[in-house]
Amino acid sequence: MATEVELKAGIPSGKKVITGNYAVSYGAALARAQVIAAYPITPQTQIVELLADFCAEGALRANFIKVESEHSAMAACIGAAAVGARAFTATSAQGLALMHEMLHWAAGARLPIVMANVNRAMGPPWSIWTDQNDSLSQRDTGWMQFYCESNQEALDTVIQAYKVAEKVLLPAMLVLDAFFLSHTSEPVEIPEQGLVDRYLPPYNPEFKLDITDPRAFGGITMPSEYFELRYKMQKAMEEALEVAKAADLEFKELFGRGYGLVEPYRLEDAELALVTSGTVTSTARLVIDELRAKGERVGLLKVRLFRPFPTALVREHLLKVPKIAVIDRNISFGHGGIFAQEIKSALYNAEPRRPLFGFVAGLGGRDITPELIEEIIAYALAHDRPEEEIIWMGVKR
Amino acid sequence: MIEIKQSSPYPLRGVLPTDELMLSGHLACQGCGAALVMRYALKALGERTIAVIPACCWTIIAGAFPYSALRVPLFHTAFETAASAAAGIKAGLEVLGKGDITVLAWAGDGGTFDIGLQALSGAAERNDDIIYVCYDNEAYMNTGIQRSSATPWRAWTTTTPTRHPKDEPKKDMMAIMAAHRIPYAATASPAYPEDLVRKMQKAKAIRGTKFIHIISPCPPGWKSASELSVKLARLAVQTKIFPLYEVENGLKWRITLEPKGLPVEEYLKLQGRFRHLSPEEIRKIQETVDAEWARLVAKAKAEAS
Ligand SMILES: Cc1ncc(C[n+]2csc(CCOP(=O)(O)OP(=O)(O)O)c2C)c(N)n1
Ligand SMILES: [Mg+2]
Repeated sequence: MATEVELKAGIPSGKKVITGNYAVSYGAALARAQVIAAYPITPQTQIVELLADFCAEGALRANFIKVESEHSAMAACIGAAAVGARAFTATSAQGLALMHEMLHWAAGARLPIVMANVNRAMGPPWSIWTDQNDSLSQRDTGWMQFYCESNQEALDTVIQAYKVAEKVLLPAMLVLDAFFLSHTSEPVEIPEQGLVDRYLPPYNPEFKLDITDPRAFGGITMPSEYFELRYKMQKAMEEALEVAKAADLEFKELFGRGYGLVEPYRLEDAELALVTSGTVTSTARLVIDELRAKGERVGLLKVRLFRPFPTALVREHLLKVPKIAVIDRNISFGHGGIFAQEIKSALYNAEPRRPLFGFVAGLGGRDITPELIEEIIAYALAHDRPEEEIIWMGVKR
Repeated sequence: MIEIKQSSPYPLRGVLPTDELMLSGHLACQGCGAALVMRYALKALGERTIAVIPACCWTIIAGAFPYSALRVPLFHTAFETAASAAAGIKAGLEVLGKGDITVLAWAGDGGTFDIGLQALSGAAERNDDIIYVCYDNEAYMNTGIQRSSATPWRAWTTTTPTRHPKDEPKKDMMAIMAAHRIPYAATASPAYPEDLVRKMQKAKAIRGTKFIHIISPCPPGWKSASELSVKLARLAVQTKIFPLYEVENGLKWRITLEPKGLPVEEYLKLQGRFRHLSPEEIRKIQETVDAEWARLVAKAKAEAS
């Protein structure tokens, strides 16, 4: 953590070894969040603590509302964004679920709030370890969702998320794995404030609560108009694909790092494409390298942007590969892994038809080891098509 | 002995601003107390105000998209978030250098006593700089007259039918707010607009959380004649059922109008929601009202001595 003296001068740039949680705090501070309303929950707590420190030391000139719940955190962010302030919050699991009603409100009100969600398994039973059911349960709220693989990516994605959100007027959630990122220290390049300011101009929405131009926001709307407002949200989501791509390219030009909406890895001439999100990607990359070294033709597609879903990119990369294996650290009870479903639906209206293997693994923070990923790959290579719709990895029956 | 003035300490004439920030095209029912009190409240607060309204009758009264019956910016929010959304708006205004704008959270009794109590308690505990008005029509009227914890003992609602009317007394919301030691809390009634306006103006001048609890007769919900709303709002005060008072910093209690102490029956008999009451029940209500009044006088007296 930075010292008091350092902080007085703003957010110090340069390389630092920090946790994912701190990386998120640095991102929010560099984005010059103006109102922060947040409530602590393991494993997100340090995000809130460091931001409170930044505010207390004057490194960040933000109004930090120490709300009494996540529901109020999101309501306060909504209020702040509605008057034209840049709002930030962070949560996890139960906290995100408690916000659910207000997630719809933020998106429906077209407020570009940015939130970090540390992926944590939902209770009961209580668990503080990672899986994706918390964020994926919010799939249909109208929030963009970015799944991050590293602490650097988490920091950078906070800044990118504001850029995209404020352009298309939809809120954005960046998601990071509990502990594997939130509490793991990695070297992170903290960008210079001046560069970030160049990349991300102040938020100044066309429509806001303004006493010189009084308007009502969110009043009851008849079936004759409501439908069109929802159509516009979908159009904004579609626009967000292009905006996010451009925002990532611009980021790369300025900061020398980019991530893409999806990231293909060694997919050329592959017989099998593994699909991953979050930190599983890093483990999978190592496995791919090892197998490639042994002459196996396997590659990887990391899905970074989940909403809006990058359908065209997914098709472009996956249809070239004869087989697809999706690793889901989540489950939609009664159907299956959620990324697998999404990818199936993205490919359905495209040719050629490819067999897709849906693997569910690592729920509640169970390790997804290199050996497990090797098993997944071996299974998919050995079978023409999956024997079951859900292939459970490592479950003790 | 504490001296309670016969009239409001606030002069009765010449205090109502002529500005109209609420427009006539609103969608309230005839005789709606909640519409009347918004009109007075906005007169008091003026146009440098932003209103926040959660789910309640006022969601409808304010008008459907793209209309608004208010000439101040209005943010509609979810049922339980009047206080938290208002706190966020204020925080945003402050950081943008517009902290002088008044933020008015405007909620019903359900949104205040029940589902929004947590958010309100949070804002009050942080002493967020908002004026929170609860217009109290003593039930969930938007959804068709279901009981809330503000519904009086023995009143009829659709969820407390006359065969089993409400068993529980009305929650003492003012005491709850006073216990948060917020700088200002007051009750008001549309039958005493000058008192109401002065209290809103006083609230506007104070930094921190201000809570104004306003009795708001509801003809369809109370089963009363629409032309009787102001009279009922007056009788609520004059029977001591809804006394007018204010509390500073949770400690300094002051009665702002001495009620005549009319029998509660005068108030109850004009409302269908109390039609089923037995003489015994009316007697019990009178006893409770007298005891509550004595407690209020004692609090005011304790402060005066
Ligand atoms: C979370 C949630 N639950 C329930 C509702 C349905 N609802 C809308 S208004 C209302 C009652 C409002 O009562 P009150 O706050 O007393 O205001 P009034 O309608 O009486 O003016 C209810 C139950 C809702 N909008 N949101
Ligand atoms: Mg009500």
